Amino acid sequence: MSHDPAEMSEDDERPPPADRGRAEYADQVLENVLENVLVFLTCRRDRNSVSLVCKSWCRAEALTRSELFIGNCYAVSPARATERFERVRSVALKGKPRFADFSLLPPDWGAHFAPWASAMAGAYPGLEKVYLKRMSVTDEDLAVLARSFPRFKELALVCCEGFGTSGLAVVANHCRQLRVLDLIESEVTDDEVDWISFFPDGGTSLESLIFDCVECPINFDALERLVARSSSLKKLRLNRYISIGQLYRLMIRAPQLTHLGTGSFSPSEIVQQGDQEPDYASAFAACRSLVCLSGFREIIPDYLPAIYPVCANLTSLNFSYANINAAQLRSVISRCHKLQILWVLDSICDEGLQAVAATCKDLRELRVFPIDAMENNEGPVSDVGFLAIAEGCRKLQSILYFCQQMTNAAVVAMSNNCPDLMVFRLCIIPRYRADRITGEPMDEGFGAIVKNCKKLTRLAVSGLLTDRAFSYFGQYGKLVQTLSVAFNGDSDMGLKYVLEGCSSLQKLEIRDSPFGDSALLSGLHHYYNMRFLWMSSCRVTRRGCREIARQMPGLVVEVFSWNNNAQDRGEENDIVETLYMYRSLARRVDAPKYVEIL
Amino acid sequence: MEVGQKRVNMLGEDETELRLGLPGGGGDHVAAKNGTHTAKGSYNGKRGFNETMDLKLKLSSKETAAATVDEGKDLPKERNLLGGSGDSVKPPPAKAQVVGWPPVRSFRRNILAQKSSTGGHEDAAFVKVSMDGAPYLRKVDLKMYKSYQELSDALGNMFSSFTIGTCGSQGMKDFMNESKLMDLLNSSDYVPSYEDKDGDWMHVGDVPWEMFVDSCKRLRIMKGTEAIGLAPRAMEKCKNRS
Repeated sequence: MSHDPAEMSEDDERPPPADRGRAEYADQVLENVLENVLVFLTCRRDRNSVSLVCKSWCRAEALTRSELFIGNCYAVSPARATERFERVRSVALKGKPRFADFSLLPPDWGAHFAPWASAMAGAYPGLEKVYLKRMSVTDEDLAVLARSFPRFKELALVCCEGFGTSGLAVVANHCRQLRVLDLIESEVTDDEVDWISFFPDGGTSLESLIFDCVECPINFDALERLVARSSSLKKLRLNRYISIGQLYRLMIRAPQLTHLGTGSFSPSEIVQQGDQEPDYASAFAACRSLVCLSGFREIIPDYLPAIYPVCANLTSLNFSYANINAAQLRSVISRCHKLQILWVLDSICDEGLQAVAATCKDLRELRVFPIDAMENNEGPVSDVGFLAIAEGCRKLQSILYFCQQMTNAAVVAMSNNCPDLMVFRLCIIPRYRADRITGEPMDEGFGAIVKNCKKLTRLAVSGLLTDRAFSYFGQYGKLVQTLSVAFNGDSDMGLKYVLEGCSSLQKLEIRDSPFGDSALLSGLHHYYNMRFLWMSSCRVTRRGCREIARQMPGLVVEVFSWNNNAQDRGEENDIVETLYMYRSLARRVDAPKYVEIL
Repeated sequence: MEVGQKRVNMLGEDETELRLGLPGGGGDHVAAKNGTHTAKGSYNGKRGFNETMDLKLKLSSKETAAATVDEGKDLPKERNLLGGSGDSVKPPPAKAQVVGWPPVRSFRRNILAQKSSTGGHEDAAFVKVSMDGAPYLRKVDLKMYKSYQELSDALGNMFSSFTIGTCGSQGMKDFMNESKLMDLLNSSDYVPSYEDKDGDWMHVGDVPWEMFVDSCKRLRIMKGTEAIGLAPRAMEKCKNRS
């Protein structure tokens, strides 16, 4: 005779008093079940969706999220993040906008790790992993990490600056469970501290030690002893102060390595003919698990044959510091049938690229960097090598290519041959350069890429581009998330096409292009969906930026001023040098004087 | 190509007027479009007001080492353009170099410049540079410079961010004034000194440049009050050697 709750009125959502206890208990069970299920959910986009279902799900998701990713450190305050997510074991933080890499962001702009370090020190005693990209990290911050997290295991600092060898010493010494210490493309000050010696005696848990960007000498004996007592070490990337002789000594102690950065790859003194040198090739041969090779910072090409034994297994090869010619490259690359990732200098010429195309049928990612970054009429690589790659490497997913000359035909060819392309970054070094053969703008080439490469998510353009190119981007680039524009376009229409058409756009960085207020204002419907917009040396005025700020309170609109004086900001109709705006739940409190927040 | 030309000029008259450089690089795109020789090294986040200094230096003297401000680690070609060494290097391109273009990260430009073009393993002459009061050291490769002036300019830029602190509130305005900064560094307030092969501390500038590069082991920019008495020893040594 008891009521069946299911038969109760549909309009009455709350159970009658007698049944409320049961319903609350049911809620609690549901939440527990949910938590146990959500623990398995790792993809952060899925988690974001889950958290939107209802408050209960939001709570459960927040309690079970162990990996926190913050794509813009100024999008949320450390306090707010740590309040919502209580049980975090791994944090990834990104700071400065990418154009900071090219000296377009004035110094001391921000992205300080310190407030995050102190917030996490209190909130996440169990923190194990920290990944920072383009953050300003001090030695003191590293000390906070080392002191506050007894279970700390992995530290990766990518494109960071502000710390030195003393900070590294503290981490090495205090983090007794350290598995990963990766310093990648970061600037590390030489405070003359022998940080390698600060790792504790006895066995370590080190699995990855990457310090190829550290521009100061290392205590080699200490390093050798460290490698000898790190039986789990799989990834070791040495800096250029390590000679090939020293490399040899390390390799014979660590044949289990999978990733090796070879340091200078040249001897420390001049080696005469007939000198006894170690059998480098045998050391490489002994590393049967080696799949990723980099370094070669001061390579003497005579030593290249030493790596032949590992070529057949290599999936990743970074020659981007190796000034080698086509023949030298060919001697290596012809053996690398499994290669998926290749970074090279354009010293290899079109011919070298042809060799790559002939052998590396599995290539997924190619980056070709310029030795000479000046604008020239000709360069060692061109549309010829590009076309060879397009025809030979059909599985290509990601390309970054610097050259002096390009043709639409070659780019169109790649768009047709490489349907898996997700990242297309072509940098024609001379600004406003047209198609080498036809003299036309590069519109059709880049247009073909967005049209034919259906998986394209990242695009960087260059050369002579009219608004037509941008109309293609807007029309076809529905999955494009990141777009980089430099010295392109004719008018506001260009930017309008992109803002109105590219519905997945998250990151837009533009420099030296004639886009103004009218274009800027055409993106109002979309800016909350984006991580950031950067415009420098364009035509937007303070008035236009202020209008954005007025209409979109959820954005932080930063304008960099001419002088440091707060009183002397400039007129409303003045063109702003740099606009950097991003969605945010917080106000910046640490902006330097030259940043004006509208 | 005509269209290209138009594009360069399209960005408006206000773009072509010379303005004070934003700390770190604002006005320099402007100067570049004018076609003035803005040979720019890229810089790292630590050095402040680099480009400002470049702009000022250019205004005062086109031949000075605007291009070597990047801690001296420039591609040899750029130095030739300034040094006028007369070998077979092309004249400066009509399109001047622009800040941050092409988008190659500074450590990639720097690293390649450190290699010698002969392919042999030539020793660079790296010395540590410390400045009294600065929180950390820098390093320079003396072989990247051809004269005391070039070295002095590079050091000035390298440590400029520290001198801001000593300038005080008036300092910002003063700092934007190149001559005042150079006064600071060249004046009795700061004295560059170096430790030579014998371990003696000497006044920078007393011996011929090549001799300095050979004998210098480290550099120290000391406060003027501590530098008294260096000069006479330098002269004596010089006499003894010659």
